[in-house]
Amino acid sequence: MSGWLSTRNVATAVLLLALVLLPVYVELTGSRFLLTLFTRIVILALAAVSLNLILGYGGMMSFGHAAYLGIGGYAVGMLAFEGVYSGFVQWPAALAVSALFALLIGALSLRTRGVYFIMITLAFAQMAYYIVAGLARYGGDDGLTIQKRSEFFAPLNLSNKVQFYYVCLTLLFASIYLVWRIVNSRFGMVIQGSRSNDTRMRAIGFPTYRYKLTCFVIAGTLCGLAGALLANHTDFVSPAMMYWTRSGDLIIMVVLGGMGSIFGPLFGAIALLILEEALSGITEYWQIILGPLLLLVVLFGRGGIDGLLGKVRHG
Amino acid sequence: MTLFIEQCLNGLQFGLLLFLLAAGLTLVFGIMDLVNLAHGSLYMLGAYFAATFAAWTDSFVLGVVLALGATLLVGMAVEIIAMRRLYGRDHLDHVLATFGLILFFDELVRLVWGPSGMSLSLPSWLNTSVRILPGIDYSAYKLSIIIVSLAVAVFLYFLVMRTRIGMLIRAGASNREMVGALGVNIKLLFTIVFGLGAALAGLAGLMQAPILTVQIGMGENILILAFVITVIGGIGSIRGAFVAAILVGLIDTLGRAYFTDLLRLTFTKETAATAAPALSSMLIYLLMAIVLVIKPEGLFSASGK
Repeated sequence: MSGWLSTRNVATAVLLLALVLLPVYVELTGSRFLLTLFTRIVILALAAVSLNLILGYGGMMSFGHAAYLGIGGYAVGMLAFEGVYSGFVQWPAALAVSALFALLIGALSLRTRGVYFIMITLAFAQMAYYIVAGLARYGGDDGLTIQKRSEFFAPLNLSNKVQFYYVCLTLLFASIYLVWRIVNSRFGMVIQGSRSNDTRMRAIGFPTYRYKLTCFVIAGTLCGLAGALLANHTDFVSPAMMYWTRSGDLIIMVVLGGMGSIFGPLFGAIALLILEEALSGITEYWQIILGPLLLLVVLFGRGGIDGLLGKVRHG
Repeated sequence: MTLFIEQCLNGLQFGLLLFLLAAGLTLVFGIMDLVNLAHGSLYMLGAYFAATFAAWTDSFVLGVVLALGATLLVGMAVEIIAMRRLYGRDHLDHVLATFGLILFFDELVRLVWGPSGMSLSLPSWLNTSVRILPGIDYSAYKLSIIIVSLAVAVFLYFLVMRTRIGMLIRAGASNREMVGALGVNIKLLFTIVFGLGAALAGLAGLMQAPILTVQIGMGENILILAFVITVIGGIGSIRGAFVAAILVGLIDTLGRAYFTDLLRLTFTKETAATAAPALSSMLIYLLMAIVLVIKPEGLFSASGK
C-alpha cells in the first residue's frame, strides 16, 4: 500500500468526480447520447458491484446474476402494467422478490461448490428466464413496455434524465459504500475467510453456510435494485435482460475491473460498455474482436484494471 | 396409447441427443478439469458444416461425414490455440475464456453464413416412417437418431473401458502428472479427447439440424440442458450423463405433451393453458433441485468416471 496519492487513488477520485460532473458536460455540449450511455453504465455497474460481493469477496461463482436484473425489472414492469406506479410500492416489491429468489436459489446452490455452483446458478437463472418468457399476460417473449416511470414525491421526477442519472449514481455510491462496510465487518471477514478455506472456517466454529447464504441474498437484493433502475431507464422489460449471456457480461465486468476490489466493478462496467460502443463503431461484427480480447485478458491480464492501477491484490 | 408410445420415443430420442452433448462436456471436465461453455458453439458448427457440405456434395451421408471431420478438426484447433493454456487455471478463467469463444464463434458464423438460418433437408430414404410395432408408425429419421446415439454410447463405453486409449484417458483423469511422467504424450491425449468431445457435440448438432432450423445461438439453450444433465448425473461420469440425459429427455418431452392435461384435472381450462408452458419448462430444473437436495454431488459421482 502506497500513500494517499497513489496512482490508483488519484485515478479513482478523478473518475468519480467525472461521473458526478458528467451532466454538466452534457448540458454544455448537448450530447444526450452520452448521458443515456452513462446512465446505463452506472446501473450495470451497480449490478456488477453486487456480483463482486459474492464473486470477488465470497468466492461464489454465480453465473445467474442477471436473473435478479430481470426479476427486479419485471417487478416494476408488472406493477406498472397493473396500474401501480408508486415507486414506494414498486421498488420494495422488486427488492423483496429478488431477495426471495436469491434465498431459494442460494439455499439449494450453496449446498454445492465449484463447477456445480456455476452450472446450477446458471440453470436456475435460465429457469427464471423461461418462466418470464412464458408469462403471456405480460408480453411473454416480446417483453413489456412501461408506460410511466416509478413515481416518488414531488420534486423528484425520474422522467427527467439528469435527475434519473443522479438517482442511479447516488444508489451506486451507496451500494459501493455498503459493500465496503460489509466487507470490512466481522461478517465480511467470515465471508472472505470461507473463500480462502471453508473447511477451516467451519472447524473454528463458523456456520459458513448461513453466512454465505446471507451474503448471497444481500447481493441478489442489490442486483434487484439495479433491475428496477434498468426497467425505468429503458421503459421496457423483456426476458432478454435476464438471458444468461447478460450474467456473463456481469462476470466480465467484475473480472475486467478486478475481483475483490471495491471500485473494480465500476472500472469494469465502464471499460466493457465503452469498449462495446467503440468496437461496434468500427465493425458490425464487433464481437469477433471482443471474444478473443476476452480470452487474452483471461490469459495475460490477471488482477484486472484495478490490479493494473497498482493495488496489491489479496486472494 | 399410440401417441403416448410415440411421445416416449421422442423423449428417448431427445434424451440420447442430449447425451451426446453432455458426454463431451463431462468427458472434457472429468479428464481435463475444464469447464467448456463453448461446447454449444461446436454443436452449432456441426449443424452449419453439415448443411454446407451436404449442399456442396449433394449427398446427405457425405455431408455428415465431412461435417464430423470438420468439427473434430475445429475442436482440436481450439484446444491447441486456447484451451491448452487454461489447464490448471481457476474455473472462473475457463468460464470467461470460453464465454469469449462463444462470442467469437457466434459472430464468425454470422460473418461466414449470414444472419439468416440454414436448413438441412433429409434424403428420401430417411424422410419416411417405419412401422415399429403393429399399428404404430414412427419417423425413420428419429429412429435412426436413436440407433446412432445408442451405437455411439456403446462405442464410448468400449473406448473408455476396454481400449488402451481409454485406459490412458482414465489414468489421465485421476493423475495427469503421473501419466505424463510415465512417458505418455499427455498433450496429444488431451487434444484427442477435446476433439472427440467436439465431434460428439457436432454429431448432436448435425443430427438435430434437419428437425430444427440451423441458426446462430442454437447451441446455447441446449447447452444449459447439457449442464443440467451433467449436474444431475454427476460431473465427470459418462454413465451418469447417460441416465440423466434419458431422464431429462423423457421428462421434458412428456411434460410438454401432457402437463396441460394433468393441470386440467385440478384447475380450470384457462389456468391450465396459461400455466402449463411455464411450469413444464420448470420440470427438469425441479428434478435438478430434488437431486441436489438428496445427492449434492449428482447421481453417479462416486462411481466410475
